[in-house]
Amino acid sequence: MTAQTQIIIGMSTCNIAAGAQDVLHLIENRVAADGLDARVSVMGCLGMCYCEPQVKVIDPDGTAHVYTRVTPRRMERILADHVAGGQPRQPWIANFREGAEHDLMDKQQRIVLGNCGHVNPDDINDYIAREGYQALEKVLAQNDPEALIEEVQNSGLRGRGGAGFSTGLKWRFARNNRGDKNYVICNADEGDPGAFMDRTTLESDPHLVLEGMAIGAFAVGADEAYIYCRAEYPMAIARLERAIAQAEERGYLGQGILGTDFSFRVHVKEGAGAFVCGEETALIASIEGQRGMPRSRPPFPAEAGLFGKPTTINNVETWSNIPWIVRNGAAAFGALGTEKSKGTKVFALAGKIKHGGLVEVPMGITLHEIIHEIGGGTNSGRPVKAVQLGGPSGGCIPAHMFDLRIDYDEVTRTGAIMGSGGMVVMDDTTCMVDVARYFLNFTQLESCGKCTFCRVGTTRMLEILTRICEGEGVPEDIERLEHLAHQVKHTSLCGLGQSAPNPVLTTLRYFRDEYEEHIFAKHCRSGKCRNLCSYEITDNCTGCLICKKDCPVNCIEGARKQKHVIDQDACIRCGVCRDVCKFDAVIVK
Amino acid sequence: MNIDLTQVDAIVARVGTDANLTIPVLQEVQEAFRYIPLEAIERIAATTDMTESQLYGVATFYAQFRLAPVGEQIIKVCHGTACHVGGAEGLTESLETRLGIRNGENTPDMKYTLEAVACVGCCSLAPVVMVGERTFGSLDRRKAAAIVDELEERKDAK
Ligand SMILES: Cc1cc2nc3c(=O)[nH]c(=O)nc-3n(C[C@H](O)[C@H](O)[C@H](O)COP(=O)(O)O)c2cc1C
Ligand code: FES
Repeated sequence: MTAQTQIIIGMSTCNIAAGAQDVLHLIENRVAADGLDARVSVMGCLGMCYCEPQVKVIDPDGTAHVYTRVTPRRMERILADHVAGGQPRQPWIANFREGAEHDLMDKQQRIVLGNCGHVNPDDINDYIAREGYQALEKVLAQNDPEALIEEVQNSGLRGRGGAGFSTGLKWRFARNNRGDKNYVICNADEGDPGAFMDRTTLESDPHLVLEGMAIGAFAVGADEAYIYCRAEYPMAIARLERAIAQAEERGYLGQGILGTDFSFRVHVKEGAGAFVCGEETALIASIEGQRGMPRSRPPFPAEAGLFGKPTTINNVETWSNIPWIVRNGAAAFGALGTEKSKGTKVFALAGKIKHGGLVEVPMGITLHEIIHEIGGGTNSGRPVKAVQLGGPSGGCIPAHMFDLRIDYDEVTRTGAIMGSGGMVVMDDTTCMVDVARYFLNFTQLESCGKCTFCRVGTTRMLEILTRICEGEGVPEDIERLEHLAHQVKHTSLCGLGQSAPNPVLTTLRYFRDEYEEHIFAKHCRSGKCRNLCSYEITDNCTGCLICKKDCPVNCIEGARKQKHVIDQDACIRCGVCRDVCKFDAVIVK
Repeated sequence: MNIDLTQVDAIVARVGTDANLTIPVLQEVQEAFRYIPLEAIERIAATTDMTESQLYGVATFYAQFRLAPVGEQIIKVCHGTACHVGGAEGLTESLETRLGIRNGENTPDMKYTLEAVACVGCCSLAPVVMVGERTFGSLDRRKAAAIVDELEERKDAK
């Protein structure tokens, strides 16, 4: 084959949201119209969502260049100068080369995301060319499920869906309980707001998840599987369905896989928008066509799960670790991470962060390394105040604790949880009482209503938090919140209620002064709670008119080059003036 | 309201009659009618193994299902964590003013519905608004209101 230039464009939900579709149209039209000698294909997400859309140009000699923030206009230049003219447009190229320097990648270790951005998710050949399905071939050739489970157990892999239970043990439990019909389930519900690890994995490398599931099914003796994917992820669902069809065609899924008598069919089930359906027993009820209400365990799904049959349920990322472990061995996996948390973890960096996107790091790395060295600190230039880990079940860890190492047990000790990997960074414009109120509002809405304390307790907690944010807080409120928090935690059936108070408890633990300020001083220092703050313009003001122009209620007075003044009676305290001011002249009083 | 029940029958014929198929059947009904008419629930119950109470229970449990008609375009403002921290409340307020309705309502001409949703998975572009398949990212109040202007222009261009 004569070497051809390859133009590969990122087509994931995040790339498309950033405008990749228009760029793709332009590439296709130009390549055809100008007769460029180039092969056009697509890739998933490279993980650097903050500078999408991205286009990778691979020269005929194999050198890859990743262009970032590509617009149709930029793409025209890239096609003319680089693809046709052989002159890469350096300023638009991400300042790293694959496998080389740059901090963003330096600290990362990609097991789960290894293929993201390197394979066309719609082409099984790409996956096969990168050791794809070799792990499945290996376990089928060895034909020893017990040894396979032993290997997974020895690797130390723990569930990545939140709870961190040993995957090997879970499989052993299921295998020991196996009956005439057994299922496996992939939990792709990804309900934590602020998390998008599973979406990206499914969109960028669907075969990886399928291979992991096939290996797991072989281990536990299952022949049928469901992938429960949230309906908000249409692209992930479409790519999975295509991948399943291709894998069946090639004999990696379906009847008599690779000439053995192992058969395995995979269905994709679309969720319908209920956070609690991420909980395994609720998820099973949902697949069965019921309201997604959790039930008490035991019996565990491994004993009586989907349609009453033994069922092994793991998260997308957990399944995605399996092929690597089978290929490289438990020892290699166990060499990564800390004593009790092995391997890597994928995190979704979002919020007030400069380099938002996906990172995969070895366990044991510190929060500081993730947020400052990889993430580049805040995008606002303001100081980081805290990071929220684990979504509505997790907690806020303050910036002074960023030497914390990522490890299931260490994170749990802070009152937060490792969770599924959402990491929302907050700066000093974020009010921690408001964050607690936000999460309680979420869990209160999503509570299925089965347990009284989860249903009513979260409502009462939300009422108290709302009152504090509105300036009506009373001195007893903090104690009441703590009391309710412990009751909700200890009397709820499922993880939703058991963990719903975590955002309140962690903010009370680390940001108690903010609660007290709201209640006693009737003041919100971050400028978020409108009844508790006012905005003022200081002498730093240069009279540039920007805030005046952007104010939604036109309450800023002042001529060009003259200090502006806010009309406090008309001001709605939305904070837009502070956000747009380039001179730090707007302060919260 | 009178609805075309043959459409419901066609959906049932395509998806199946098993009691565990409530969600896919209701999803298709909503796709066809843009909401779930009560008549459709009655019809499905009469022609399948699913019961009315089961269907109604499912339809009211899951956030995706709507039992009342919606506007032609649903403007979904993400209120996930990243978007909340990034100012989602301001976007909703700005759209409320622009459209003259409150969150959760339809415009009187039934052109638009304003809705708050939790995380659409594009957190790196927060705050985000989705209209149909289109995602608008890195918004502020002004840009959010401008989305409506753009939608209006597109309509005029049609
Ligand atoms: C309220 C609630 C929501 C959950 N949401 C998810 C989810 O979205 N994705 C997920 O993988 N696990 C979720 N879980 C955890 C699952 O119940 C279960 O532990 C997990 O799927 C097991 O897989 P793992 O061992 O691979 O982590 C949730 C649990 C609770 C209590
Ligand atoms: S929080 Fe809005 S897209 Fe995730």
